[in-house]
Amino acid sequence: MVQQLGHLPMGWLMLALLAMLASGGFFVGRVQAERFNGAAGSVRIHSRPNYHGYYVAMWTFVPALIVALAYAMLGEGIVRSLLAGELPANFRNMPSVELEVYLDSIARAAFDHGYGGADRVFSAIANRFLELQGMVKASAIGLALASAAFGFFLARRKVAPGFRARTRVEGGIELFLFLCAAIAIATTVGIVASLLYESLRFFSEVPFWDFLFGTRWNAQTSAEFGALPLFYGTFMIALIAMLIAAPVGLFAAIYLSEYAGPTVRAWVKPVLEVLAGIPTVVYGFFALLVVAPAIRSVAVWINTTLISAGITAEPLLAAQPTSALAAGLVMGIMVIPFVSSLSDDVINAVPQTLRDAAYAMGATKSETVKHVVLPAALPGIIASLLLAVSRAIGETMIVVMAAGQRARISPDPTADLTTITVQIVALLTGETEFDSPKTLSAFALGLVLFVITLFFNLIALRVVQKYREKYD
Amino acid sequence: MESTITESRETITAGTSMDETEGLTYPRIECKNINVSYGDKRAIFDISLPIPDRSVTALIGPSGCGKSTFLRCLNRMNDTIESCKVTGEIIMDGENINDPDIDPVLLRSRVGMVFQKPNPFPKSIFDNIAYGPRIHGLAATREDLDEMVEKSLRRAGLWEEVKDRLSSPGNSLSGGQQQRLCIARAIAVRPEVILMDEPCSALDPVATARIEELIDELRKRYCIVIVTHSMQQAARVSQRTAFFHLGELVEMGDTDQIFTNPRERRTEDYITGRFG
Repeated sequence: MVQQLGHLPMGWLMLALLAMLASGGFFVGRVQAERFNGAAGSVRIHSRPNYHGYYVAMWTFVPALIVALAYAMLGEGIVRSLLAGELPANFRNMPSVELEVYLDSIARAAFDHGYGGADRVFSAIANRFLELQGMVKASAIGLALASAAFGFFLARRKVAPGFRARTRVEGGIELFLFLCAAIAIATTVGIVASLLYESLRFFSEVPFWDFLFGTRWNAQTSAEFGALPLFYGTFMIALIAMLIAAPVGLFAAIYLSEYAGPTVRAWVKPVLEVLAGIPTVVYGFFALLVVAPAIRSVAVWINTTLISAGITAEPLLAAQPTSALAAGLVMGIMVIPFVSSLSDDVINAVPQTLRDAAYAMGATKSETVKHVVLPAALPGIIASLLLAVSRAIGETMIVVMAAGQRARISPDPTADLTTITVQIVALLTGETEFDSPKTLSAFALGLVLFVITLFFNLIALRVVQKYREKYD
Repeated sequence: MESTITESRETITAGTSMDETEGLTYPRIECKNINVSYGDKRAIFDISLPIPDRSVTALIGPSGCGKSTFLRCLNRMNDTIESCKVTGEIIMDGENINDPDIDPVLLRSRVGMVFQKPNPFPKSIFDNIAYGPRIHGLAATREDLDEMVEKSLRRAGLWEEVKDRLSSPGNSLSGGQQQRLCIARAIAVRPEVILMDEPCSALDPVATARIEELIDELRKRYCIVIVTHSMQQAARVSQRTAFFHLGELVEMGDTDQIFTNPRERRTEDYITGRFG
């Protein structure tokens, strides 16, 4: 019966059962507490009956849930170690990696019910695996129900007029919220730790300074890991993007917040924000199919004109089919809403009294914006630009499609460049072995990317904080 | 012959800017049939009010009576509010300032304003004062500008307190100092009229007393219109008082007369604290 229910529905059934038990606990607790209330007017009950109900429900639900979660996470491991203990000696002498692989195939076969194969030993082990699994599962369910019952009775006994159920429930809620926050933080820490660990493995094979300042990058074919051209490409493209996004975004924000009437604003602002909703892959093929060819033909035209005019003998521009300029321009367009939307918020936060003061002195609109509104909003605007920069540096899809693969340091914007993100994608797609420096270099690149964007975000946050102190 | 005329004109001009002009008041601003509405909601009904020069006119009345709205008509600050519509004539120096041909930017350089909450710009004390002269090109040289800043600060009675820290931010001053900074800033543009919208409502009694002294000093040079919630303040600083109620001008007259012998029942009820 238990086995036929399978894996996932079983978990949901268990959860539903616990929820039912908890709501039962809630009613029991509440009714019990209500009785105090009715029994004597003289008895002052500390917490409202509902809180006694929540308290009982909490103690019914949470311990059982912990048991269930523990089973979900550790159950298969327990089954495996039990099974491994029962295996004949020749299995136990296997290298641990091979044993793991063998147990993997057993588990897969058992899970698919496809264990009726020719290998009799194999099918016997698979059957034993299923048996053990059933036993572990049944005992987990039993344990969960037992702890639900234990929690329920323990909590019920506490229900009394003077019992501070409200305080306990508030404490429980606080703990729950803390755990949610902790999960987010723990995930971040975990990711950073794994980045660091793998990067350290990489740096044990490739010297740190060679990686950071080497000028030759050729991870795919020969083991050359000088990442400087990648950093150069990343910053070049981010620079081009910001040259577009910073003025356009900022001026759009000024127009929206200072000049546009309510009707124009109601239309333009959402449309600008649609830009932020376009998937980056769409920007990517726009860059590849429209912008890059256009840039190339302009570059070719410049080259031929210069040569025919006798100014240069060789073509001046590289005029590649993919180019830093194409990727940078399109990325700039993508980042505009980040700049404009954030700057708009900051400009709107400048107190109206400051504008009034400037107008009342006979300042024109643009004088007011230039001398009063922008200086007051400057920290926030800088923060929005920094966030846009870190966004541009981490952007992947556009550069993968439109920037190219060649790692080089070239001031020519029509040449193809490559970026940190492009190389990470290239290193980790397709067939990869996990131990080679080639794959590990992706983690080192990821670490660099993380450090750079973290740096920009931290500065931006700091600036925003300073700005808040000023006006609140 | 010609030089005598010029000379005599100069004497007149000099005479009027001197301090002995108490009592010699003529309407500096003549408001005729002012109506203001925000969208469909009318805020001010047909107000006509002469405002004398070189004296303080106080506008009093309960909240929402339209006194601030009326004040903002005098430098067309209501232009900055989209839904606000003003009709009627406001004659100043023979011109109707509500005329569409009048440039509000120029008008506001002649009619300065001080607001309820001190609102110095996020700049240094010096730059706060120098802002107006700079945008209007009033100072030719750096020395001129320094002189203007000092003069404005002196007139606002702030010079002695800030002369050693002109480069520190305007926000670093105390509330009362900030408000005097704002007054100095308004004076620096060389206005003829100064509007004050409850200038002391965010200040403590000591700072308020300083501002009131200052207003009394300033009225020798400027035409001042002040909106206030405090009837004591109106009685202390103003020569003329206008009482507004529900968007109408109920009564106006000499301050002494309004507070000792009001003609209207509603005025009496308000100043004796029976409503508002």
